[in-house]
Amino acid sequence: MTTTTTSTPKLATDPAGDNLRFYGVWLAGILALVVLPLVFSSGGSVTSFSLIGIAIVFALSYNILLGQTGLLSFGHAVHYGLGGFAACHMMNAVVSHGWPIPLPFIPLFGGLGGLVFAVIIGWVMTKRAGTVFAMISLGIGELVASSSLILRSVFGGEAGITTDRTALPKMFGWSFGPQIQVYYLIAFWLVLSAIAMYALTRTPLGRISNAVRDNPERVQFIGYDPHVVRYIAFCFAGFFAGVAGGLAAINFEIANSAYLGAIQSGLVLFSTFIGGTAYFFGPILGAILVTYLQLGLTSVTSVWQLYFGIIFIGIVMFSPGGIAGLVMMHRPLVRAGTLGTVIPAYLVAIVPTLALACGVILSIEIVARFSGGEPINLFGIGFKPQSPVTWITAAVLLVVGGFVARLSWLRVADAWDRAATVARDRGYLA
Amino acid sequence: MTAAAIEVRAVDKRFGNVGIIRDLNLSVAKGERHAIIGPNGAGKSTTFNLISGHIEPTAGEVRLNGDVISGLRPFEINRRGLSRSFQVTNVFARMSVWENVRCAVLWATGHRYAFWKNVDSLPEVRERTAKILDDIHLMHRRDVPAGLLTYAEQRELEIGITIASGATVVMLDEPTAGMSHAETDRAVALIRRLTEGKTLVIVEHDMSVVFGLADRISVLVYGHIIASGTPEEIRRDPKVKEAYLGEEAH
Ligand SMILES: Nc1ncnc2c1ncn2[C@@H]1O[C@H](COP(=O)(O)OP(=O)(O)O)[C@@H](O)[C@H]1O
Ligand SMILES: [Mg+2]
Repeated sequence: MTTTTTSTPKLATDPAGDNLRFYGVWLAGILALVVLPLVFSSGGSVTSFSLIGIAIVFALSYNILLGQTGLLSFGHAVHYGLGGFAACHMMNAVVSHGWPIPLPFIPLFGGLGGLVFAVIIGWVMTKRAGTVFAMISLGIGELVASSSLILRSVFGGEAGITTDRTALPKMFGWSFGPQIQVYYLIAFWLVLSAIAMYALTRTPLGRISNAVRDNPERVQFIGYDPHVVRYIAFCFAGFFAGVAGGLAAINFEIANSAYLGAIQSGLVLFSTFIGGTAYFFGPILGAILVTYLQLGLTSVTSVWQLYFGIIFIGIVMFSPGGIAGLVMMHRPLVRAGTLGTVIPAYLVAIVPTLALACGVILSIEIVARFSGGEPINLFGIGFKPQSPVTWITAAVLLVVGGFVARLSWLRVADAWDRAATVARDRGYLA
Repeated sequence: MTAAAIEVRAVDKRFGNVGIIRDLNLSVAKGERHAIIGPNGAGKSTTFNLISGHIEPTAGEVRLNGDVISGLRPFEINRRGLSRSFQVTNVFARMSVWENVRCAVLWATGHRYAFWKNVDSLPEVRERTAKILDDIHLMHRRDVPAGLLTYAEQRELEIGITIASGATVVMLDEPTAGMSHAETDRAVALIRRLTEGKTLVIVEHDMSVVFGLADRISVLVYGHIIASGTPEEIRRDPKVKEAYLGEEAH
């Protein structure tokens, strides 16, 4: 009896404080969305923020499948793309028929485009989970992407379907010509979608989706048909992917076959996984990082996909929980107040790790630029890809950096274990 | 006269060419505590799988409260008021203890696939979940992921999930397997209390538990029930002595 009463207070949470923290995080996020383009107001920044907003909605929709229901899809861009096409057609129809529908309502039609396809195709697709589902999603993705080039009247062939977002009826006097107005439209839909998708995780369906993810067999013995659960989750994922596609159509004023393709499907899987599927905010982090990397890397290196691959492999190997998993690992240490004991080890480990990273980058760029001969600029230092000095530098960074990094991370692990043990002794499990 | 809670009639089950269950007949009256005993590999778990819809009989039929249920899917059978546990712990490993039990409460409280209700603000769901957790003594572990529980705790959670829906027919497959004596005693007391007024079918190896708990006992050997009766009848049955108790009870 005494064990129960002494251990309960630590596990029982303080509801008022929890509520405050919960709404505080959401409000801070919304505030950041409002203020960001005012602080970083250059055209490039606002464009980037818009892309990130779209990517977040898309990645969150993907996580309804992957993180919440345990469905690995290789064709999620189908719903995104069809949402984009639906939005473009709707915008053009609104303009040509003179319907009184302003631009901010268009993403809803994008969502419906993604939803309708999910409703039609989903029942067959979600019959089985696992490899079967993954393979079918790959097949459907290829099927739709190739159809989009053949069915010209719907998809506009190679050129795609173009539209003019400023031709729709105005709302609050906004024409949505300037990027900043489009950004706020995207931000509005991002907030709306994120709240809706979060709320979904807190419903009976959302909870049972997790149960289906963990153990579809047992779910059948508590009254649920896992097929129905997967199907409904799939429809929601399709809807919100369609919303993201609709936002993209508004942003670019075009929808084409690239929206639907395997690259787009791979990118959303990549973002969601890197961000971490186990936490709601994981895909948000992933979408931000991947969009930034994509924008940043493409301008400095021609082999940016290679870096994506390396990052992906690194995350899979060293942090299967993604960035969110890494962040949340530290929660018990923060609560127990032992995080401080790990930080020095981290700081020590950063130096050789950076050296190792520089060695990897240098090696990749030597190979990539060897025949062309254009110089490599690594943090302001110039290197010639054909010079032996560069090769030796790369080799030294790789070998010495790698060796020291290994040692220093072992020390981090030791420090970590000590801190975690103390945290556990103080009753903080997770 | 009312129908039996469970009625298994002439059921055969073959896996490929191997007949695992042969002409199985079993009747469990409403409100009865019925134990199935038999050596390892006799087909006790397979019988559970057949009744609960996990697998389909090759021949014969199963009835629940008079209605044929063989051929139905497990969730359909569960919705008709039959709930079972598993011999090998079968929980939702990444979800908390609280979530595990709550998921098992949701269908029975009528919330089904609802995506328009906040699961945290359903009072009857919360109360029922809390009651089950108190019953299985796991309230103090409510926030721990089920996969991190000790073995005995997982077995208790397994029972909790099984009874959470409030099913009137409860089937427990070796609920105390692997438990210490003290844990077994606690679990048996728990089972006795939680299945009060319900129909219970239990597979159990500990003979003192079986003879103390069961109203009736069926002995399964090589997929066939060789005897069915009260503990007294089973104890005296020469076939049972020879085939089963003979090797274990001495
Ligand atoms: N799905 C299956 N496929 C093939 N054989 C099975 C299957 N399930 C059970 N068996 C076999 O049926 C026999 C009975 O198993 P089981 O019902 O688990 O026995 P018990 O629970 O009485 O120990 C065993 O020989 C087992 O190998
Ligand atoms: Mg068994």
